[in-house]
Amino acid sequence: MLKRRRSKLEITDIFIYAFGIFIIAIILYGSFETLRQGKYSASQWADLFVFGITIGGIYALIALGYTMVYGILQMINFAHSEVFMAGPLTAFFLADALAKSGLLATNPAISLLLIFAFSMIVSTTVAVLLERIAYRPLRHAPRLVPLITAIGASFFLQYAFRGLFGTQFKVYPEIPALEGVVTIGVVRLTYTQILVMISAAALMIGLQAFVQRTRTGKAMRAVAESRESAALMGINVDSIILTTFVLGGALAGAAGVLYALVFTQVSFAMGFIPGIKAFTAAVLGGIGIIPGAMLGGLFLGIVESVGPTLFLDGLNIAAPYQLKDAIAFTLLVLVLIFRPSGIMGGQTQEKKA
Amino acid sequence: MKAFNAKYVLVLLAIVAIAALMACAPAAVQPTAAPPTTAAQPTAATAATAAPAGFQPPTDALGVVTIGPNDPVHVGYMFVTSGADGALGIDSRRGVEIAIDDKGGKLLDHQVKFDGQDSGCSAEGGQAAAAKLAADNTFTVVLGSSCSSEIRAGGPTLSKAGFTVISPSNTAPDLTDPAKRFPGYFRTAHNDKVQGAVAAKFALEKLGVKTAATIHDGSPYAEGLANAFAENFEKGGGKITSREAVSPTDTDFKPVLTKIAADKPEMIFYPIFVAAGSLITKQAKEVPGLGDSVKLMAADGTFSPDFYKGAGDAAVGMFQSSPDFSAFTGGYAKFLEEHQAKFGEKPVSAFHAHAYDAFNIFAAALEKVAVKGPDGTLYIGQQALRDAVAATKDFPGLTGTLTCDPNGDCADPHIAVYQVGEDNVKNAVVPSQPFWKPGQ
Repeated sequence: MLKRRRSKLEITDIFIYAFGIFIIAIILYGSFETLRQGKYSASQWADLFVFGITIGGIYALIALGYTMVYGILQMINFAHSEVFMAGPLTAFFLADALAKSGLLATNPAISLLLIFAFSMIVSTTVAVLLERIAYRPLRHAPRLVPLITAIGASFFLQYAFRGLFGTQFKVYPEIPALEGVVTIGVVRLTYTQILVMISAAALMIGLQAFVQRTRTGKAMRAVAESRESAALMGINVDSIILTTFVLGGALAGAAGVLYALVFTQVSFAMGFIPGIKAFTAAVLGGIGIIPGAMLGGLFLGIVESVGPTLFLDGLNIAAPYQLKDAIAFTLLVLVLIFRPSGIMGGQTQEKKA
Repeated sequence: MKAFNAKYVLVLLAIVAIAALMACAPAAVQPTAAPPTTAAQPTAATAATAAPAGFQPPTDALGVVTIGPNDPVHVGYMFVTSGADGALGIDSRRGVEIAIDDKGGKLLDHQVKFDGQDSGCSAEGGQAAAAKLAADNTFTVVLGSSCSSEIRAGGPTLSKAGFTVISPSNTAPDLTDPAKRFPGYFRTAHNDKVQGAVAAKFALEKLGVKTAATIHDGSPYAEGLANAFAENFEKGGGKITSREAVSPTDTDFKPVLTKIAADKPEMIFYPIFVAAGSLITKQAKEVPGLGDSVKLMAADGTFSPDFYKGAGDAAVGMFQSSPDFSAFTGGYAKFLEEHQAKFGEKPVSAFHAHAYDAFNIFAAALEKVAVKGPDGTLYIGQQALRDAVAATKDFPGLTGTLTCDPNGDCADPHIAVYQVGEDNVKNAVVPSQPFWKPGQ
């Protein structure tokens, strides 16, 4: 497909490339102007990057769930955003109880671990039930069938939690131990941000080690390559798929608590926007590729945070943060113009497709 | 063969369905359409039993709502009653319920039936709610909506269906702009031209700030109020350092606050809704360069217990502009007692009294225009009802003396500024005593 396109350059390709180059020119010109005006100090740029990395880490953790399921089943699990919501919304009650009992103030580490564990267990349970009830019976159905099922499951979960816990947002208690700031040069980090970055990094490294180093990880990669061949080699495909959902669910549950620690408000509808963003991040990095999801998440988070100021402030565009999503999705288009299979999507991706 | 059969059945079903629809449609429309004078009584039962010679039910350009002798007067609402902004609509709904109780639950010897739709404080929610309300032709009036975005999207549907719409809490200026207002729309809430001016006056005179930034969320309410504030603030000699916008579903406002901080304003005015407003309040304290020195001010959209829950201690000391409870008339004390007795708590937002007044100007207009048949049937001309509400003049309400201007603004607007205290956050209750009011 690619070869044929290269030999015969069509008018649409020329148009799309010209469009891409035009956007890049605007971005470069805007960034140059913003920096030339020098309105923002180095520490403010550093702040913007820190905010971006924080939210980007959370996006990355959610994106891993999308990308792993896609890698194995070639299916977009649209209900993953509700898996992300289920954990922290349920864990709120534990967090609230811990705060009221005073344990959160006296033993923050144990309390946080408990909250994390609880949220991860709930999210994992939801993910596993989803796979068993909604997806497994459709394993051999045409690809569109589980996709539509996923959308239906997403609505079902959202409204089930709405019915269970009400429509109001819930506010996570403040954790005294996380109130504090570390300053390194111009970079200023709050303890919460440090916790988010370290946990996200640790989880991602752990996942990468699991997939690359363990027998189950090897089996996962084999199933991703070819489900039929893997089955012929004696790999229990169903249990590997289940493992994938368990991993995705646990990561989403952890991401949910991190999200709740940063933004404090949780509600039944909290999953939708981060879910869409994480899905975008997964596509941006190259869907199906684990390091791609991590990179895509960070990239999207940083662009959302830094982009509006950097690209648009110099062009004197008013209220650039209203355009934050437009910028993020324009960059997605841009990446897909020049690298149709995502930032990290290389040979393996093309072979599979 | 089997496939052919299935297709055949489907086509047949489709034809039957279309035929059924065509048969039903005119029948469903009939009651709202203007009845010709000859087809006197729309309900067969009343026509047969008691129609003495000489009685002619009224005709009306928009149609006549007919309420049978034993049927209730059906009052609809379109309020946000769930989600982060739920308190706003629940507060208004309670105001109407108390107004109905004060009438003894009856209007012109007919029971009052009061129900409606949750419009979700969004354009989509407003459209859906309006479509559902418009499909039910038993309603005589729609009280609503809560948020300006809802009525901007759903209003035209209600207007075309012939309804009189009275909102207790829409404040966006352009809703009563003659070029944009839709027929039959009225409000008992203030126009944000007033609130914007009061907020700017407070900032300039009481706080003594010279620079301010504004944030809106793209909704008609927030954008209208932020602009009204900015205009008046600049007119008064202040400088707007930046006018920012976010989207209501955002959660990370630190980047936009960092951008605002680069211009070093002395104050941020963010007249948005509960979820985003509480997050901005919280995150403003965490952004270096803003910290504790910058003055925070929001408006009546955040006047809700959930706002204080969401913002936590960060809200203490900030300001909110909202209707001035202390300017309400004598009946308000009795209203509060009834509220406490009926709901076991203080009002949860700012527009309960406006809702009470909205119902009462409707009730007064209804009493003026409703024609009672000899058997007790009520005939209410919809255009006549609109005209009667529009003619409201010097009406004694809880919020003041109401007079509707030709654009549908009926309020007697008194705006005050409130300061959030520690007990508001701790007990999640809205402030009841103004901190400042114009002329003070």
